[in-house]
Amino acid sequence: MTTAPLTRRKAPVSLIAIFVTIVLLAAAPFWASRGTLNMLMEALAFLALAQMWNLLAGYTGLISVGQQAWVGLGGYLFFALAMFSGLPLLIALPVAALLSGLIAFPIGWIAFRLQGAYFAIGTWVIAEVFRLIAAQFSALGGGSGISLSIDVVKSLATSRGARDMVMYYIAFGLGIGSVMIVWLMLRSKWGLAFTAIRDSEPASESIGIRIRRVKFMVYVATAASTALTGGFIFLQKLRITPDAAFSVNEWSAFIIFIVVIGGIGSIEGPILGVILFFTLRSFAADWGSWYLITLGALAIGVMLVDRQGMWSILKSRGVPVLFKTTRWFEP
Amino acid sequence: MTPHNAFLEIRNLTAFYGDFQALFGIDLTMDEGDTMAVIGANGAGKSTMLRTLTGLLPSKGQNIRFAGAAIAGQPAHLIHKAGIAMVPEGRRLFPSLTVEENLSIGASGKRKGPWSLAAIYELFPDLHDRRHHGGTALSGGQQQMVAIGRALMSNPRLLLCDEISLGLSPKVIKDIYTAVPLIRARGTSMLVIEQDIAQAMAVATRVICLQEGRVSLSGRPEDLSRAEITRAYFGFEADEPDTNEPAREML
Amino acid sequence: MEWVNVLIQGVLLGGLYALFAAGLSLMFGVMRFVNIAHGDFIVLAAYLMLSFVTFMGWHPALGIVAVVLVMGTIGYLGQRILLNRVLGKDILPPILVTFGLSIILQNGMMEVFSADSRRVSSGALDVASISLPGDLAIGAMPLLMFVVALGVLAGLHVLFFHTALGRLLRATSDDAEMVPLMGGNKAHVFALATMIASGVVAVAGIMLAMKTNFDPSAGPSRLLFAFEAVIIGGLGSLWGTLAGGVVLGVAQVVGAQIDAGFQILAGHLVFLLILVVRPQGLFARMKG
Ligand SMILES: Nc1ncnc2c1ncn2[C@@H]1O[C@H](COP(=O)(O)OP(=O)(O)OP(=O)(O)O)[C@@H](O)[C@H]1O
Ligand SMILES: [Mg+2]
Repeated sequence: MTTAPLTRRKAPVSLIAIFVTIVLLAAAPFWASRGTLNMLMEALAFLALAQMWNLLAGYTGLISVGQQAWVGLGGYLFFALAMFSGLPLLIALPVAALLSGLIAFPIGWIAFRLQGAYFAIGTWVIAEVFRLIAAQFSALGGGSGISLSIDVVKSLATSRGARDMVMYYIAFGLGIGSVMIVWLMLRSKWGLAFTAIRDSEPASESIGIRIRRVKFMVYVATAASTALTGGFIFLQKLRITPDAAFSVNEWSAFIIFIVVIGGIGSIEGPILGVILFFTLRSFAADWGSWYLITLGALAIGVMLVDRQGMWSILKSRGVPVLFKTTRWFEP
Repeated sequence: MTPHNAFLEIRNLTAFYGDFQALFGIDLTMDEGDTMAVIGANGAGKSTMLRTLTGLLPSKGQNIRFAGAAIAGQPAHLIHKAGIAMVPEGRRLFPSLTVEENLSIGASGKRKGPWSLAAIYELFPDLHDRRHHGGTALSGGQQQMVAIGRALMSNPRLLLCDEISLGLSPKVIKDIYTAVPLIRARGTSMLVIEQDIAQAMAVATRVICLQEGRVSLSGRPEDLSRAEITRAYFGFEADEPDTNEPAREML
Repeated sequence: MEWVNVLIQGVLLGGLYALFAAGLSLMFGVMRFVNIAHGDFIVLAAYLMLSFVTFMGWHPALGIVAVVLVMGTIGYLGQRILLNRVLGKDILPPILVTFGLSIILQNGMMEVFSADSRRVSSGALDVASISLPGDLAIGAMPLLMFVVALGVLAGLHVLFFHTALGRLLRATSDDAEMVPLMGGNKAHVFALATMIASGVVAVAGIMLAMKTNFDPSAGPSRLLFAFEAVIIGGLGSLWGTLAGGVVLGVAQVVGAQIDAGFQILAGHLVFLLILVVRPQGLFARMKG
C-alpha cells in the first residue's frame, strides 16, 4: 500500500471518459433511433437496479434474492397512485418510492432476523408474499394485471415523441443518478463505514460503526430507489401483472448476474455488466433458454476464477479506475 | 543431505496469515522418544508452528520430514495418518458428541497401536464414569483429558500438545502432567507447548524457545541457565530475574 | 368433522415438506451451506423418475433405486468438483454458484422436457383412500408419503446417532476445522453429506412426481417451502424439521379452505409470523 494525499488526484482520462459518456447519453434523444432509445432506457433502468443491488451486496454484504419485491411494489404503488389518486405521474413516481421506503422498515425488520444465505431466501419469500397479495387486489386486475389507461399516459405529454423524451430523461436520471449517488456515498464518511464492514465486520464493530444500523438504513434506501426504478419500468411498459412485477428471473437473476459478472464491490463492475448483458442479449435474441444457461454458467465461472469479476481482471491488466472512492489508501 | 534420518526434522519453516508473517525460518530436529518443550511469550508463534506442522496452515515448499517422509504441503488428514496428532489450543472438543464419542472419533484414521478406549480410561479414570456425558459438560481438567485421549486414540507416533495446562489449577495441572511419562512409556514422542517454564523444564528432554517467529534458544534443560532462558523468552536481560520467578511460583 | 379432515390433510402434506426440508437442513447443518438450487434438484429427481418409469418403462421400484443412485452420485461429485471450491467465510460464492445452478437446471430441464407440466401416475394408489369412522377419509397416497417421510427421517436419525459416519458428520457440524485432525478428509466428508442429502432429495422428488403436476419452474417454490419448514422447526433439528413441515402443511391447507388463492400465501404468512415471534424456530439446536 502506498499512501496517497487526501486531495483528489487528477484522473484526466477517466474524467473525460465519464464526461463524454454522460454528454452522449444526455443527447441520445437527438441522435438515437426509437429502438436504440428504448434499449438505452432499459439499460439505464437495469443499471440503476444493478447499482442498488451492488450497494447492498457488494458493500454491506446483504445478499438479497428478493429485490423483485421492491421493483414490483414500486410498480404497483405507482399504478395505484396514477389511476386512483389523481396525482400527476411525475409526482406519483417518487411518492410510490417513498411509500415503498416506509414499507421497507417493517419488512426489513423481519428480514433482518435471518442471516447470511437465509437472509437471501427470506427476502425471496417476502417477494413471493408481495406477489401473492398483489394478485388478490381485484382493483388492480388481480392475477391478470392491469394497464395504464391512455388518458393517464397522455397526461405525461400529448405527443408520442415528447413522451419518449420525458421517459428517456427519467431513465437517464435513474441510471446516471444511481452511479453518482453511490459514488458520492462511497466518498463520504458512509463510504468508509461500508469499506470497513466489507473488509472486516468484527473490526468495524470495534471501531464503533454500528453495523446493523448502517446495514438496515442501506437496505431501506436501496428498497426505495429500487422501487423508484420499478415504477419507471412499468410506466414504460404501461402494463403490470404480478408475475412480471415480482419476477425473480428478471429483477434478481439478471441483476445479480450483471453485477457479479461485471464485478461486485465496485462502481465500474455493474456498468460493465450492463454493457455485457445487453451486448450478449442482442446476439442471443433467439437462443431461448440457452441465453439464461450461458449467464448462469458465466456467473459460476466468475465465482470460481475471480470473485471480483471482469472489472478486476481488466484492472489488473492496467485499465485505470474510473470512479475513485479511496480517500486514504490505494490498494 | 543429512546422513541420519531424524524422527522429525524442520528446516527453514515460514508461516503467513495473509500478508502477516508469523514464522521466520524455524529449524528444529527431534529424535524418537524425545519430549520437546516449546516455550515463548504470547504471540511468539508457538501455536502457528504446530498448525503448520499438522497441515492446518498451508505450508508451501517447506521442508518438513517426519519418520523418513516429506510431509510439508500434504493435506492435514494425511499428516494425521502418518502419525502426528494434536491436542489443540483451547481443547476444541465437539460439544454435541459425548465423551466417548469424542474419544472414538479420534480413531477415525484407523492407525493400529497401544491406545484404545480402555487404555484411555485407564490413563484417566475420571473419564470412565462420565463417558456418556456431553463432551463439554465437564470440568476444564476433564475436558483437557478428553482432548488428550482423543488425540491418543489415533495411536500417534508424535503427540503435539498446545498449552494443556492453560486455565487449570495447579493440582489439576499436576494430575495431567503425571500422564506424560505414561504416554511416553507407550512409545509416543511428544512436543508440548508450555507457558509454565518450570513445568516445561521438568518434563522435557529438550527445550526450544521461540521469540517473534524465530528460535531464540534450544538445548537440553539441564544445560540451560535461567538467565539464558529469560533472555530468550523476553528478548532482553531481565534486571532482576528473581522478581519474576517467585511470582510465577505463587500462581 | 370437516376441520379434522383438513387438519389431517395438512399434517400429511407436512410430511412431504419435511422431506423437502431434510436435505436442505442436513447440508446447512454439516457445512453451513445453503443450496439455492435445492428445489430444482427436487424437480430434477422428479424428471428422472418420469424418464425411467414413464418414458423407459422401468418398474417403479427399479426407478426409485436408480433415481436415488443417480442423485447421490451427482451430489457427491458436485460437492467434490464444484461446491467444495467455493465454501468458506464468504457467503457470496456459494449463494451465487447455486443460484447459477438453479437457473441452469430450470432452463436445461425446459430444453429437454419442455414447459409442459407432467406427472408420474401411480395407478390405483392415486385415488385410493382409507375411510375412518366419523366421515373421515385419508388418501392412500398422502398417507404413504407421510410414512415414507417418517421412515427417511428415522433413517437419518439412526445414521446420525448410531454410526461412525454420523458421528463424523455431527463433529463436522460442530467444528469442521478440527475434522482433518481426527484423520477425516474434509472434502470427502462434505461430499458424503451432500450425497446423503441428495438421496433424500431424490426421495422427495419421487414423491413430488407422484403427488402433483410439476414443470421445470416448480423448483423455487419447493425451495421456499423447504426453507420455511427448516426455519419454523429450528436450525439443525431433524425432528424439528418434521414439526416445521407439519406447521407449514396445516397452514397451507387451512388457507386453501378459506380461499383457493390463499393456500401458498397462508403458509408464507405463518412462516413470517413465526419468524417474528420466535426467530430461533420451534426446536432450535444451532445458531444460524
Ligand atoms: N488467525 C490468525 N490470523 C492472523 N494472525 C494470527 C492468527 N493467529 C495468530 N496470528 C498471529 O501470529 C502470531 C503468532 O501467533 P500464535 O498463536 O502462533 O502465538 P502463540 O505463541 O501460540 O501465542 P499464545 O501463547 O498466546 O498462544 C501472533 O502475532 C498472532 O497475532
Ligand atoms: Mg498459542
